[in-house]
Amino acid sequence: MIGAVRYVLRRGFELIERPFERLFGPALNPLAQLGALGFFFFWIVAGSGIYLFIFFDTGIERAYESVEYISREQWFHAGVMRSFHRYASDLMVVMVATHLLRQFANDQYRGVRWFSWFTGLPMIWLLYGSGITGYWLVWDRLAQYVALTSSELLDRLPIFGEPIARNFVSTGTLTSRFFTLMVFMHIAVPLILLFIMWVHILRISRPKINPPRTLAVMSLVALLGVALWNPALSQGHVDLAKAPIGVGLDWFYLPLYPLTDIWGRGGVWAFLGAFSLMIGLMPWLPPLRRARAAEVDLAHCNGCARCAEDCPYEAIRMVRRTDNLPFPTQAQVNAALCTSCGICVGACPSSTPFRRSEELKTGIDLPDFTLKELRERTIAAAKALQGPARVLVFACEYGGGRRLDGAVRLPCVAMAPPSLFDFVLSQDLADGVVIAGCAESACFSRLGAAWTKQRIAGMRDPYLRARVPRERIATIWASAFATRGVIAEIAAFTARITALPRKKLRSPQAPTTALPPNDVPAEVGSAI
Amino acid sequence: MTYVRLAGQFLVIAALFAAVAAFANWPAYQQFPRGSAIVILTFVHGADRKAECRLLTSQEIEKLAPNMRRVQTCPRGRRPLYVELDLGTRAVFRKSLPPTGIAGDGPSRVYQRFVVPAGKYDVAVRMRDTARVEGFDHTREEAVTLVPDQTFVIDFRSERGEFVFH
Repeated sequence: MIGAVRYVLRRGFELIERPFERLFGPALNPLAQLGALGFFFFWIVAGSGIYLFIFFDTGIERAYESVEYISREQWFHAGVMRSFHRYASDLMVVMVATHLLRQFANDQYRGVRWFSWFTGLPMIWLLYGSGITGYWLVWDRLAQYVALTSSELLDRLPIFGEPIARNFVSTGTLTSRFFTLMVFMHIAVPLILLFIMWVHILRISRPKINPPRTLAVMSLVALLGVALWNPALSQGHVDLAKAPIGVGLDWFYLPLYPLTDIWGRGGVWAFLGAFSLMIGLMPWLPPLRRARAAEVDLAHCNGCARCAEDCPYEAIRMVRRTDNLPFPTQAQVNAALCTSCGICVGACPSSTPFRRSEELKTGIDLPDFTLKELRERTIAAAKALQGPARVLVFACEYGGGRRLDGAVRLPCVAMAPPSLFDFVLSQDLADGVVIAGCAESACFSRLGAAWTKQRIAGMRDPYLRARVPRERIATIWASAFATRGVIAEIAAFTARITALPRKKLRSPQAPTTALPPNDVPAEVGSAI
Repeated sequence: MTYVRLAGQFLVIAALFAAVAAFANWPAYQQFPRGSAIVILTFVHGADRKAECRLLTSQEIEKLAPNMRRVQTCPRGRRPLYVELDLGTRAVFRKSLPPTGIAGDGPSRVYQRFVVPAGKYDVAVRMRDTARVEGFDHTREEAVTLVPDQTFVIDFRSERGEFVFH
């Protein structure tokens, strides 16, 4: 059931993401920057809130007037800031909701990722707490509706001795102290939210907390345009003698309020409880079965820290050496954080298929899918290639190439060390190599696509050697639903390879001596 | 080409932001039908205690710790309040309100909202807060005219022992 919902949602996101990716490119695609945009809008809300506080009067009689002064007389700076404050808050809700749905659709919330998912739950509550307390401060008709409905909701809980809604049904019951309390709440709750936002990204390496500058500038300019076009305004002074019967509602923050009239307050609380419980339990419904965590082989680890640098989930850290080898540090894997993506295997300088040891070993490896096994699968897949241009495909198991016959499937394409591509071409196992990863803006292992591109471009260790003909390597980044596109791109690449002159590059050593006889099928040697 | 693409990107972002801004206060929500008035019955009031204070016997006093000895005991628990509200010919509220608190010694409370068409009503509210089983300890009846959107509050002031309409 959950899988079916996830599938439908993923299909839906696919429909939106493709045109977005075409227009924005993977670097600027807002759908790939939802978390960063969430942080960005938080800072806008915080900055504009501080600015507004200069003009805001916390007295019950003056609160509304001070907000009117901000919006009417000082519209060109404080009024714009009020609109920034309001709309950036709404945009934050949109970012959070879309981020949550997208993580769910991409199945990026189970297994070791439970922590970020779970800590997102209090963020939702705090975000709504921040917004709702803000609406009270304006002390207009909407504030009256929000105050009354919120307090009626709270009164449904057996917490307060006296119904707090009584404070908002007649004049003279409220004092300025109430506003002082609300201002305190409106500052304290966002501060707690910021703390939880920090906790939320603790287990992620290189979290994106700032959107690309171009996207940030465009967002700011668009926000300014919207603030001038549709400035946030109050809805008339509170009149406790009159019921706030018709109010313009913020449907991002207050969608549940009308439901209190349909479901009743108990129904809304039941919904909120069920929603929170479901979100909290989802990482274990059902639990993710994943391969065993990466393991370090100290005999082959020189403590270079590349694996720790490349790990997307902070699962590897460098610790003091425990053996007698002359290196200061060694890698240590925290199995509780490891997603078994294999990116560390691809990052290890010991991960070279050219090695002539009895058994191919590397400094860090996946016990359920070792580098040795990867080399064997590569050789076996290459052996089955036919035609004038033999193209070997390395496919991410979450990408568009995952169902292609003859492809070497990997948990992440960044598991393949660049030397493996060199190996394939220099040993003449194939005439071309396709690296078919998942969609760049929705990389399942977060950084796999980025690291692969940088390694091939010679911008990140371990580099793809300069001698490897780049025209014989193609990268395709496509989602699991884009198999047809991947096939078409592979066909186009194959046609290009066919037109190329026969490659001259050879390994410095003959393949029969480069690899131990028991590791390399005889046919490979004879093919060269 | 780059500028055209940038312009396209900006237009998409601006359109999304504009949609968000539009839904930030539109469409308006009509909580009650037009021409309605709201009657709110709300107060906090403690009924009498379930039993009167009584003098302890000398045996009972002796059983108490020396520093806790007293001559009389007063049970903490309160009775429930019984409240009735009529709006015109309609009996809209008939309820026994239990005392609050774990020991049942807190005041009873009520917060109930009624949406009625604006117009003239004979409002009658009655409350029983003593041991009596028939009749009422506090009542108030009054003809009121409710205008559209009006909030009419029926409160009870314990210190004065009377219902207040405002």
